Amino acid sequence: MKKELTIFDKPKNVKILLRCFYGSLVVLLIAEFFIHPHPAFYFEQIKGFSAVYGFFSCVLLIFLAKILRLMVMKKEDYYDR
Amino acid sequence: MTGNLLPPALIFIAAALLIPFLRGRTKAMYMLLIPVVSFTILMKIPMGNTWICDFWGYTLIMGRIDKLSLVFGYIFTIMAFLGVLFALKVKDDLQHVSAIVYAGATLGVVFAGDFLTLYLFWEIMAVSSTFLIIASRTDAARKAGFRYILVHLVGGLFLLAGIVLYIQQTGTTAFDYIGLSGTASYLIFIGIALNAAAIPLHAWLPDAYPMGTPTSTVFLSAFTTKSAVYLLIRTFPGTELLIWIGAFMVFVPIFYAVLENDIRRVLAYSLLNQIGFMLVGTGIGSQLALNGAVAHAFCHILYKGLLFMAAGSVLQMTGKIKCTEIGGLYKTMPLTCLFCIVGAASISAFPLFSGFVSKSMVVTATVNENLVLVYLILQFASAGVFHHAGIKVPFFTFFGHDAGIRAKDPSWNMVLAMGIAAFACIFIGVFPQPLYNLLPFTVEYIPYTGAHVVGQLQLLMFGALAFALLILSGYYPPEIKSINLDVDWTYRKLGSAAYRTLDTALNAANRRAETILMALVKGFSRFFLQIIVHMALFFSVNLWLVQGYRDKHLALKKQRLYMDLVHGSLPIGMGAAVAVSFVILVYVLT
Repeated sequence: MKKELTIFDKPKNVKILLRCFYGSLVVLLIAEFFIHPHPAFYFEQIKGFSAVYGFFSCVLLIFLAKILRLMVMKKEDYYDR
Repeated sequence: MTGNLLPPALIFIAAALLIPFLRGRTKAMYMLLIPVVSFTILMKIPMGNTWICDFWGYTLIMGRIDKLSLVFGYIFTIMAFLGVLFALKVKDDLQHVSAIVYAGATLGVVFAGDFLTLYLFWEIMAVSSTFLIIASRTDAARKAGFRYILVHLVGGLFLLAGIVLYIQQTGTTAFDYIGLSGTASYLIFIGIALNAAAIPLHAWLPDAYPMGTPTSTVFLSAFTTKSAVYLLIRTFPGTELLIWIGAFMVFVPIFYAVLENDIRRVLAYSLLNQIGFMLVGTGIGSQLALNGAVAHAFCHILYKGLLFMAAGSVLQMTGKIKCTEIGGLYKTMPLTCLFCIVGAASISAFPLFSGFVSKSMVVTATVNENLVLVYLILQFASAGVFHHAGIKVPFFTFFGHDAGIRAKDPSWNMVLAMGIAAFACIFIGVFPQPLYNLLPFTVEYIPYTGAHVVGQLQLLMFGALAFALLILSGYYPPEIKSINLDVDWTYRKLGSAAYRTLDTALNAANRRAETILMALVKGFSRFFLQIIVHMALFFSVNLWLVQGYRDKHLALKKQRLYMDLVHGSLPIGMGAAVAVSFVILVYVLT
């Protein structure tokens, strides 16, 4: 039998991965200053608009999903009863 | 020129019928050959209308060949090949036959130049796909398949009604651009929109698709909805309503996708979300937007097929598909995991993956038309897609908590099918020009600009940051074994509630009516009985008086006769005598 991959079982590796991830975020924010911008709308002239928008989109998504869950969640056998 | 070439739809459908008679390797080769032959025909076929025949005075056009139909024809044939390859080792002829017929019918829809041909293949598509849903032969699948076919037959009726009106108004069965005006067009629009799973006619999709077998869902994910998108692009481009339906569709399903526990249901909701992008493009109707819709359909079929293949592999190998039951599978299914991540990156529109070069055309089109709100919704959805399809699906399946399942990668054919799809996703992402050359309009579009790449990466990566922070902080909604109500509630619960209400109401009314009727009948019968009794008594008493009975004797005789008459226990001779005397009386009186 093939040997199992276990790279993510080690907390050290996960930590490295997260560091790389946070590092890439910083790089993306800096990179915006070195590219030729062509903003679609006026609000896109703000540096880091996409980053903020992406972040808060996901937070809002989760927040609204949690509220939605209160309204629509039923037990798995709901339709069988 | 085309005299010796057969329409791909007929090749598929005719060839499918032979599958049950073949065995082993011959069968495998034969099934793989069907899409290959069709693809070569599509490569050779010249533009224009071909395969025309007359049918009861109507002209049937089975080959409307232009750039729009060809690009859909190509991708459907490619996907049919991948689906067949993925399902190659399935030992169930019903699935093979219905899958090939289904693919063929879809090609028939795509190349249909007139409404009669379209409708014929449309219904074949609905029926053959139902067999794929019930192929797992579970009770839940059968019920879902039943709901699916009912919904699609209703949709088909709308389409048929629209077609009949349209033919009556225009006098021709041929169709091209229709546009929303008049009853006929609205009926046709509803019929097609139902197949495109446009909200609020979408609930059949997340209801039925996740019920398929590991392999049949791959076919289902590709054909029905995208052939409807093709028809919308052909018949209703630039319909503003579609922009708003599309915007709603990219927006709402992602919440459900976040909440769903079943991976294939997550994928079904993200399928709705992706169709939303295509509908927005169709609704805008500019050349760039339509190109975007077509390109997105093309890429979407590949990466959604890939994701459903990965989910199917997991289901096949572990028997489980719910987030709460799987996890940590990367350890023993590394290839499936890798391909799933490629699919996830493509659907999330990461630069260098296929979704990036197609979705951005639609987004850019909203910018060109200055649709600020739609633009913001699409960007919100882009971050949301990455969140649920891009991260959630691979994370909860292959990483997350280790469920202790040690399933291996699936058989070679399944891995190969996923590998080809994954390769195509990356190839299109890196070299988009071949795809752009296939699109219906010639539009100069460059996806890889610094601003676009950085903007998209910021959007996605900071969305990922939100996911990471929410998971680490424990605020992320936990995966719960549950179902979430959707529009199908209206016909599953409300429908059965309505049935019960009618049942109680009508049956109560029935019982009431019965009681009243019985009371009436009894009343009538008692009334007539009394007449007879009193007439008999009248005659008898007079007779007895003449005979000399008096007082006690008379009372006793009256009492006895009365009881005999009321209870029907009259001696036969007596009854006959009464009846005869009654007849005589009637005779005398008249």
